[in-house]
Amino acid sequence: MASPNDLQFQEFEEAADLLSADPGASTLSVSAPSEPTATAAGEDVKLDLSEDEEAHQESSELLGGQKSSGGFWTFEYYQSFFNVDTMQVLDRVKGSVMPLPGRNFVKHYLRNNPDLYGPFWICVTLVFSVAISGNLSTFLSELGNPTYHYRPQFHRVAIAAVVIFLYAWLVPIALWAFLTWRQGTERQVGGYSFLETVCVYGYSLFIYIPTSILWIIPFDWLQWTLIVVAMVISGSVLVLTFWPVVRDDTKVAAVATVVTIVVLHTLLAIGCKLYFFQTAPHTPPPTTTTPPIHTTLGVKPH
Amino acid sequence: MALAEEASTPFVGLSNVSISEEIPVEGNITVPAGPSTRDDAFSTLDEPVKETILRDLRAVGNKFFHVLYPKRSSALLRDWDLWGPLLLCVTLALLLQGGAADSDDQGGPQFAEVFVIIWFGSIVITLNSKLLGGTISFFQSLCVLGYCIMPLTMALVVCRIVLLSGSGMVSFAVRLAVVTASFGWSTFASTAFLADSQLSNRKALAIYPVFLFYFVIGWMILTFSPRN
Repeated sequence: MASPNDLQFQEFEEAADLLSADPGASTLSVSAPSEPTATAAGEDVKLDLSEDEEAHQESSELLGGQKSSGGFWTFEYYQSFFNVDTMQVLDRVKGSVMPLPGRNFVKHYLRNNPDLYGPFWICVTLVFSVAISGNLSTFLSELGNPTYHYRPQFHRVAIAAVVIFLYAWLVPIALWAFLTWRQGTERQVGGYSFLETVCVYGYSLFIYIPTSILWIIPFDWLQWTLIVVAMVISGSVLVLTFWPVVRDDTKVAAVATVVTIVVLHTLLAIGCKLYFFQTAPHTPPPTTTTPPIHTTLGVKPH
Repeated sequence: MALAEEASTPFVGLSNVSISEEIPVEGNITVPAGPSTRDDAFSTLDEPVKETILRDLRAVGNKFFHVLYPKRSSALLRDWDLWGPLLLCVTLALLLQGGAADSDDQGGPQFAEVFVIIWFGSIVITLNSKLLGGTISFFQSLCVLGYCIMPLTMALVVCRIVLLSGSGMVSFAVRLAVVTASFGWSTFASTAFLADSQLSNRKALAIYPVFLFYFVIGWMILTFSPRN
């Protein structure tokens, strides 16, 4: 008799009703069937999660099977990836900016409802914020240079778009494939689906948006401090998410995976900083038409 | 009697006539409903070409007027057309040419880049709105987004005129004010038309990409710097 699963399924609908009535409420469904007090009583909720891990997994299979309706050629299939409200997206963004040690991003914020809205629009915003801020910072750093003529440098948008979208999509594919291969037949237990991996990476890039805007301020020490802070926050979101998955593996593989994740993330941050935010004294603009002698004469030491 | 009633239902005017079976019926029957009135209402084949063109131009002009004074009306949505957006896109892309160092890649956006950003951007925003469960149709949304670029195009014209008189701090301040005002106007106009089609708890999710879209176009206009 499938009564626990039935009860779980009913709760989901109840919680969905309560959620639509009160969008500010937590999205976690209380697994006590008799009292549907879905107003976020934090302690009760956490206990229930740990107790009902099995049942939760089974019901998530059920819900996972029901969610993506239709084949990949239908519109409804993709609509199931955009099944989020404003408050949920804001909640996830908040979770990516404040990683706490107990909170696994996938388990706590995604809750079997990964979306593609966040990753896609965060990447687009990041592309434009990096390109625009880079242009502004080049302009500000050349302000004292009388021979400098302002250029919009629009080609940087294309370059930023290619780099950021490649990172946000290829690295999760590679990581998910690697983790799935390592887990072999135990894929259902503890592994993340492809969408969840993409989702975590997408939301973890959010911290770089305000960082790139703050990089306009032309102080070197401030820029490097910001990089370190952003990398720590963003990297810890990723590490906290993926460590529980890899720690069951061999020590070498686990550490290597986590180190690779962090290193790639670091490379992205530093690469963006160095390419888009060149400060005048260190590297004169490469394709300037004025001869180099004039540039060095006009540059003020910072 | 029953036969006569059956026979008389298509001919409304003859419903009062009852004919018994013994008397032979003869005469002419004129059918009031025919193809001639349908032709008058829908056939535009015989009208002069000037009228055909003027009708479309009047529809486009009417929509421009609705963007200038945005109220929550459904006129833009009902009869969508893409002439206005095409016209605005081409104007914007042409006016953004002739900027600093057009030939090398450090300059402003190329013609094709402006086109791609506007059309691809509109398509992506429309898809996003539909995926979030919006009720607006694909081309209606493209139509609204395209028409609402008009304030930004007018701002570009003003900017180019201001730049003719010099490119110092004052002209920059004026251009900044004009572009900011028109960006706000564009976003406000498009949300007036698009906001109703989205669920209330997802409105911000659908509106943010529109904001980003017009912001990027405003940025392209503001950073247009003339050749020395």
